[in-house]
Amino acid sequence: MDEVHSVRKTACCLLLLATLGAVPLSAQIELAGVWQNKLHEDFPDRLAGPEIGDYTGIPLNAAARFRAEAWDASLIALPEYQCRVHPSDYANSFADIRIWEEYDKDTQSLVAIHIHHFAWGTERTIWMDGRPHPPDYAQHTSMGFSTGKWEGDILTVTTDHLKEGWIRRNGVPRSDRAVVTEHFIRHENGLTWVVMIKDPAYLTETMIRSRDYVYSVAGQIAPYPCESVEEVIRPKGVIPNHLPGTNTFLKEYQKNHGVLQEGAMGGAKTLYPDFRQTVIAAGDLGGKAPGPLQ
Amino acid sequence: MPTTMTKASLLILAAALVTVASAQNRGQQNFDNVEIHTLQLRDNMYMLVGAGGNITVQVGKDGVLLVDTEYAQLSNKILAAIRKLSPEPIHYIINTHYHGDHTGGNENIRKAGNTIAGGNVAGDLGAEASEGAAIVAHNNVLLRLSMPNGNQPAAPQGGWPTDTYLSDMKKMWFNGEGIVLFHPEHAHTDGDSIVYFKRNDVIATGDIFTMTTYPIIDLNGGGSFQGMIDAVNQILDLTDTVYGQDGGTLIVPGHGRLCDTGDLLNYREMITIIRDRIVDMIHKGMTLGQVKAAHPTLDYDPLYGTSTGFWTTDAFVEAAYKSLSQTAKKK
Repeated sequence: MDEVHSVRKTACCLLLLATLGAVPLSAQIELAGVWQNKLHEDFPDRLAGPEIGDYTGIPLNAAARFRAEAWDASLIALPEYQCRVHPSDYANSFADIRIWEEYDKDTQSLVAIHIHHFAWGTERTIWMDGRPHPPDYAQHTSMGFSTGKWEGDILTVTTDHLKEGWIRRNGVPRSDRAVVTEHFIRHENGLTWVVMIKDPAYLTETMIRSRDYVYSVAGQIAPYPCESVEEVIRPKGVIPNHLPGTNTFLKEYQKNHGVLQEGAMGGAKTLYPDFRQTVIAAGDLGGKAPGPLQ
Repeated sequence: MPTTMTKASLLILAAALVTVASAQNRGQQNFDNVEIHTLQLRDNMYMLVGAGGNITVQVGKDGVLLVDTEYAQLSNKILAAIRKLSPEPIHYIINTHYHGDHTGGNENIRKAGNTIAGGNVAGDLGAEASEGAAIVAHNNVLLRLSMPNGNQPAAPQGGWPTDTYLSDMKKMWFNGEGIVLFHPEHAHTDGDSIVYFKRNDVIATGDIFTMTTYPIIDLNGGGSFQGMIDAVNQILDLTDTVYGQDGGTLIVPGHGRLCDTGDLLNYREMITIIRDRIVDMIHKGMTLGQVKAAHPTLDYDPLYGTSTGFWTTDAFVEAAYKSLSQTAKKK
């Protein structure tokens, strides 16, 4: 009888251990699957694309603004620029994604989380195994080098080794020195993806934006082939750009939307509520009153 | 009419560039704490990073080949790093140009290697035929290293190139790989070599491409701003990407981190746009002072600019202004 009791005890203990073994050591949630990008937020800035001279909401510095003013949209017609991918800190502005997890077969510990973007078919890896970031002299890529950790139910990702990219695709640059922190926050079938960019070269404060996704039960991601063609015949080595003071397109955004020049040109001070007083004091919004403070 | 640079600024610039040329004599720089870091590029290729220009290393059954040698004071550390990669002898050193931060270790590292020799050559010359690794460079590197430059004496003879070429290209074969040296006529200097490892798809650019400063145009050493742009475009013609601007050809810049085509495209964008601005200002008759005051590099200063050291933003703009003024006059 005692022997039977002992066997039962052992079986119960093993069952308990097995049950406990299925519980992750740190809080983590399932992110795997296809997620559909919701475009309701900042729509004109995303699919339609930002307008020239619209730097609103960006804490950029004078150098970034000067560079953006020189940017000529014809640049992206150059064959070597046509298939340039959106960097990982910008790609979430559009397109669906697939997330999948990579586990070590023996320990069942999470090694990495992978993300495939439909846009330009880029893929990135978020290492979850505690490996260090590469040294300063290692190569940079459009996706950068990412490591992640769970903070409660939130996946927090740190990315560096990024190749030069853009804050907004109208010429506002993001340097290769930027460090990006991301939060992936799942709410049942919703996913909020927050991107926070610190760029000592071109931003005076952290640039923050969020994008939302919805879980897609039957989601499929199509391939995204890209082959450059000669769109404009140009002499070798020409880089389209506006010489200082010659970009006549810069005022169009201000004029068309009644945005104060100082606001359109961005900068940290335009991001704070106090700036509303500047807008009111200016009193010249092309006949349009400032909208309600959000 | 654009005015020319002041005598004082020319002297400052000349002095600065002589400093580059004689960097191997930088006795004041403390190399004790410098570590040589090794980054693997391909199965048999590496980048060594220390205090001078980057070194590219190719190893294999034929031996070891280096592109550039940094400073003489770092030679022991560099040799120790190489010995961790291969026990085979160092047979070739290729110099991308003559500056001391790329050639200072020539003599020491050459002594540690040997030249492949045999047959009649070895028979006629005996042991001398294989003494020291061969140093390959454009002929203008030999001319500049072997001649005193201002107050600076010639480089030690043991560090002079032993195998030079005069045309715009030289081909080699080593460790089962074709290696092509392209010589742009006037770029960073007048003796530059772009070193292209064909099978590994790796390019060592020397200081035609650097990630740490604005392009250094050694006007006294035969460099030219437009020549730099032409050379960068020449390198881009050699490169491939896997997708977009990522992957494919690996590019070892003269200074700074490992790069690829996308990084070089960004660099080309920078030098081309700054050229366009300064040329426009020259055409408008602006003086050097007026050009400086207009800040034609404002947007790139956070990436490449500095107000300290020998190659300040001001020095770059002065050299660009002088070089592009000469180009404009020729046209």
